[in-house]
Amino acid sequence: MKPTSFSYHRPGTLPEALALLSEYQGAARILAGGQSLMPLMAMRMARPERVIDINRIDDLKGIRDAGDTLTIGALTRYNDILRSPLIAAQMPLLAEAIGHVAHHAIRNRGTIGGSLALADPSAETPATCLALGARIVAQSTSREREIATDDFFDGLMSTALEEHEILVAVRIPKRPTALPHAFIEFARRKGDFAQAGIILAPAHDGMPENRAVIFGIGPTPWRSAALEAAFGGEGFAAAPKAALKDELNVYFADDEAAAFKLPIVMTLAQRAFARLKP
Amino acid sequence: MTVSPDEPEVVVRLTVNGAAETRSVSPRQHLADFLRDELGLTGTHVGCEHGVCGACTVLVDGDIVRSCLMLAVQADGAVVDTVEGLSDSGEIAVLQQTFLARNALQCGFCTPGMLVTAADLLRSVPEPTREEVREAISANYCRCTGYHAIVDAVMAAAHGTEQKP
Ligand SMILES: Cc1cc2nc3c(=O)[nH]c(=O)nc-3n(C[C@H](O)[C@H](O)[C@H](O)COP(=O)(O)OP(=O)(O)OC[C@H]3O[C@@H](n4cnc5c(N)ncnc54)[C@H](O)[C@@H]3O)c2cc1C
Ligand code: FES
Ligand code: FES
Repeated sequence: MKPTSFSYHRPGTLPEALALLSEYQGAARILAGGQSLMPLMAMRMARPERVIDINRIDDLKGIRDAGDTLTIGALTRYNDILRSPLIAAQMPLLAEAIGHVAHHAIRNRGTIGGSLALADPSAETPATCLALGARIVAQSTSREREIATDDFFDGLMSTALEEHEILVAVRIPKRPTALPHAFIEFARRKGDFAQAGIILAPAHDGMPENRAVIFGIGPTPWRSAALEAAFGGEGFAAAPKAALKDELNVYFADDEAAAFKLPIVMTLAQRAFARLKP
Repeated sequence: MTVSPDEPEVVVRLTVNGAAETRSVSPRQHLADFLRDELGLTGTHVGCEHGVCGACTVLVDGDIVRSCLMLAVQADGAVVDTVEGLSDSGEIAVLQQTFLARNALQCGFCTPGMLVTAADLLRSVPEPTREEVREAISANYCRCTGYHAIVDAVMAAAHGTEQKP
């Protein structure tokens, strides 16, 4: 199917894009990699009157070493992240996660900002940014603000981003290279969205708490209190099965549905914790 | 740059298969339709129009992309190469030969996307393993061959074991 008609804007700078977005609030959509927006428009699930194409805004591209953090511009494409020596050295967990996103041709266009703004609950990137304790940088004509990923994903494909804001970057605390991590997902085929996934990221100086994220199940990725309690000590051997089931039950209407996902989550968690062992 | 509704068409200038092209297009036209309908390059196929089948795969500035997920206006200033260009230049001559020899096509609908994807793989990995070939074509649907013959053909092209038909 074909998209409906729209007016097309291609600003060359961020201030121009922000001005357009605030002028046409409610009627305009940002076009980044287009790997989700174009299908949504083709299926007529999105019918924007105006499309603001941000692909020519160079300030939104690239990965910067900012001391304690890496700052990744919103328009940085998946394959740019996979090819980055800085990411390979400082943030292997992010590279590992993006290796599971879609396929080469999609990764040539899809952007980290687009994935975070879309907030698909089965997507690898939002969940991984949450596990890494990342902060989202959002900008409007009047101000720039930072939002912790813990507060960013606030419902099914919904974020704390306001209509007149553009997601300009994500800031991720650098991790000590020797620190272990685990990323594991269950998908029907390589490159598909996850049906369930678990990410474990132990604490370090730049991230005071151990983080365990479950994704692909609820309306958003979430930090699992049950799994975070299993870090260290006896580890996952002290299996938090009942606590995990309670967490899943929040998202499922009946016990039966939660019971179906529980063994998948348990198996993934067991494998994930095994990977943290030296 | 802004195209308003009272100015429904916008001019795009791009290079397709080495030739400079200038056309006036509607912003909602995607690149695959542009190539087929405006330039008559019907080698690029349109299957699903939402990014999953891979039949519309082309090279934009040297990278493979889904041409159904890019607007034609977005290709302004870009260098686009389609299966016709790769065929005319001879770059995929061996692949075409091995596809034929190994029965890697039946209806042929997926073939242009498969060829462009395989050519892209062989540019960066000239001697791939079967696993690497499978991974590369994992986003291209073929409803006829069952894929094994396509993997055979790409392997034969890469490793120089093609047979004459
Ligand atoms: C065949 C196929 C398979 C896929 N498989 C996977 C997969 O396995 N895992 C996965 O995670 N994803 C997958 N995807 C989706 C892909 O990752 C998308 O690229 C991503 O979800 C969106 O990024 P984008 O840059 O393409 O954004 P777009 O499609 O351009 O935009 C997505 C949304 O975000 C908004 N937006 C974009 N950028 C900004 C910004 N900077 N500020 C504010 N709003 C913004 C847009 O308005 C739109 O609403 C797949 C896509 C396809 C076509
Ligand atoms: S037509 Fe573009 S991927 Fe199917
Ligand atoms: S040959 Fe028919 S779809 Fe592949």
